[in-house]
Amino acid sequence: MATPLVVSEVAKSFTMHLRDGIRLPVVANVTFSVKAGECVVLGGPSGVGKSSILKMLYGNYGVDEGQILMEHDGKLVNLATAEPRTVLEVRRATLGYVSQFLRVVPRVSALDIVAEPLQARGVAIEDARARAAELLSKLNLPTALWSLPPATFSGGEQQRVNIARGFITDHKILLLDEPTASLDAKNRAVVVEMIAEKKAKGTALIGIFHDEEVRDAVADRILDVSAFSPRKAAA
Amino acid sequence: MNDLATYNFSYLDEQTKRMIRRAILKAIAIPGYQVPFASREMPMPYGWGTGGVQVTASILGPKDVLKVIDQGADDTTNAVSIRAFFQKVAAVAVTTKTKEATIIQTRHRIPEEGLREGQTLVYQVPIPEPLRFLEPRETETRKMHALEEYGLMHVKLYEDIARNGHIATTYAYPVKVEGRYVMDPSPTPKFDNPKMHMSEALQLFGAGREKRIYAVPPYTEVVSLDFEDHPFEVQKFDKPCALCGAENVYLDEVVLDDKGGRMFVCSDTDHCEDRRDCGHAGHMLARKEAAE
Amino acid sequence: MSAVPLLKVNDVSKFYGSRIGCRNVSFDLFPGEVLAIVGESGSGKTTLLSCLSTRLMPTSGIVEYHMRDGQYRDLARMGEAERRFLMRTDWGFVHQNPADGLRMTVSAGANVGERLMAVGDRHYGNIRAAASDWLERVEIGIDRIDDQPRAFSGGMRQRLQIARNLVTNPRLVFMDEPTGGLDVSVQARLLDLVRGLVHDLGLAAIIVTHDLAVARLLSHRMMVMKDGAVIEQGLTDRVLDDPREPYTQLLVSSILQV
Repeated sequence: MATPLVVSEVAKSFTMHLRDGIRLPVVANVTFSVKAGECVVLGGPSGVGKSSILKMLYGNYGVDEGQILMEHDGKLVNLATAEPRTVLEVRRATLGYVSQFLRVVPRVSALDIVAEPLQARGVAIEDARARAAELLSKLNLPTALWSLPPATFSGGEQQRVNIARGFITDHKILLLDEPTASLDAKNRAVVVEMIAEKKAKGTALIGIFHDEEVRDAVADRILDVSAFSPRKAAA
Repeated sequence: MNDLATYNFSYLDEQTKRMIRRAILKAIAIPGYQVPFASREMPMPYGWGTGGVQVTASILGPKDVLKVIDQGADDTTNAVSIRAFFQKVAAVAVTTKTKEATIIQTRHRIPEEGLREGQTLVYQVPIPEPLRFLEPRETETRKMHALEEYGLMHVKLYEDIARNGHIATTYAYPVKVEGRYVMDPSPTPKFDNPKMHMSEALQLFGAGREKRIYAVPPYTEVVSLDFEDHPFEVQKFDKPCALCGAENVYLDEVVLDDKGGRMFVCSDTDHCEDRRDCGHAGHMLARKEAAE
Repeated sequence: MSAVPLLKVNDVSKFYGSRIGCRNVSFDLFPGEVLAIVGESGSGKTTLLSCLSTRLMPTSGIVEYHMRDGQYRDLARMGEAERRFLMRTDWGFVHQNPADGLRMTVSAGANVGERLMAVGDRHYGNIRAAASDWLERVEIGIDRIDDQPRAFSGGMRQRLQIARNLVTNPRLVFMDEPTGGLDVSVQARLLDLVRGLVHDLGLAAIIVTHDLAVARLLSHRMMVMKDGAVIEQGLTDRVLDDPREPYTQLLVSSILQV
């Protein structure tokens, strides 16, 4: 499918029950699509709802209205209404996510954290580890750290573990939430190169990049999220 | 018959005997199943065979010939007292000969001589529940019997092997009766377990304090529990009986002096005497004769 | 992805006299799925767990289980023998207090081997090998195989309880506050172990916990209970990142940040 992700008229608000039930509209009428091999960057000032959109796409945030359609396993799945186990299955096979922060699991080594998504897709542990090692060395993570749990790593080191984990599989859709935020120039360049490789392989990418240099290097298109501001939609 | 025997034959009143006979019949009908019964106070302390005595009293008839053994012997306190008791309250004939007896009440042994059809072996049982020490709740053990959940019994044997390298349980060794109920054969040595299997005689078990009766009818399958790689085995003795020279019998150790002298003799006194009467002699007897 | 649920729960309610234990709970649990039931003490989560695991009979509603023969069986209509057999073969139950789920006076090896013997395994060597293997998997030294759990620490006892439950390769495991009462470092180790085992064995699990971090780490899906009813449910990270109900928002905002 040439367009693996279609988002149509999605709206999201938060109701803060602990603050007398005030309703905070986040976005409304979010409509866009991403083609295979395309990298769409969400733009606009902070607080406009870029991260929220990414989280809705991944299923972390619920959706009030609209559809999030993804091609998964030859079928169209509406992630906005899908059952939890369908969402998990889509995440396993189709939808990847590189978050800003690594959620560390106690006692699991960096290498195994990176290898895990491949293993979950049925790749043998040795092969998955070999591929993980390849990515970690590409991202210049010192070999000495591979066998350690990343809980005590620096922000940049954790970030690179996270990127390797997100990039190890050939998910058709990849969500990137500021993957280069705490990286130095050398590693930023590596990530830019990795994104280019993904695009060449036909992955659809949606990302948030605050670093202009990176953004310009990877973006095929910048989507201004302020266009989905609920105040604007209401007007 | 004397007064006591005519007043209430064999001590118990008729209604009590009927009640116990019903329990016995039910026990025979469900081999290995523990039937509760209204155990009576007997003129002896619990632990001295009140269960066995009540069973014997309920099945005894004027023409029966009674033998009582304790640890295989006819001449120990318990055996002598119970035998005297029934002579007094039932005026029945008594014997020490296994062959001649119709009813044999026993504590902790099965006679060496094979029992015949028509004979009844009555066991005195202290604790009828084989699962007791593994699961103290009676409500739970009954459920386990009902549902045939006997994994726990093997846990005990497992522990034995883990601790000792072999199944170290030597008496009260659990058996499965007719492929259904797991049963405690009373504290008989496991040496006697094979004798229970397909026995021609009726085997009745009475536990007075615990108020339970159970039974193994004649020609019933009695299998000792074990593991495939640690099969059930009976005790073996290196030497034959010092008095009668018998092999493959259960032996007791007898200390002869305070210098470490000892001998091993048949625990079944009747069997031993029988063999000696037939001219068999062990090394102690032979030595004694030589000395004379 | 398996298409048929392992457990089908339909409108289950439990009343203690006029007091509500849990009410109108319905959900499906699929093979390999881990469901966390969260809520504060008295919210009905343990009552629900008991109703699901046949430890309590629901007042109304049906719980059906997909047997290995492919048939669905109403658990309440099953004979006791069959139900108990199911509980010690295809199911596991991990108690909060390991003493409730272990035999404290028999060795660790026998604790693990008991289920095998219960289903008819009669080869000592095989039973012992399986017990050793499982002790290793739950990180208990093989040299402790003949020790009684009385001599074990709380964390070890809990790991032993898990091994005892998993030795028959169950398909569904119930856990009632499995990390309750353990100090944090022991908790982390246990959570990691459970997470790994659930993943490797493809177990379905229902975990009752009041600890949202435990739910986050172990579960795919979450149900939030209050006053006996399920007030919110869904994908675990969705419920925790975007809680909708006032009570869930309160719960999530009450997590201590370290």
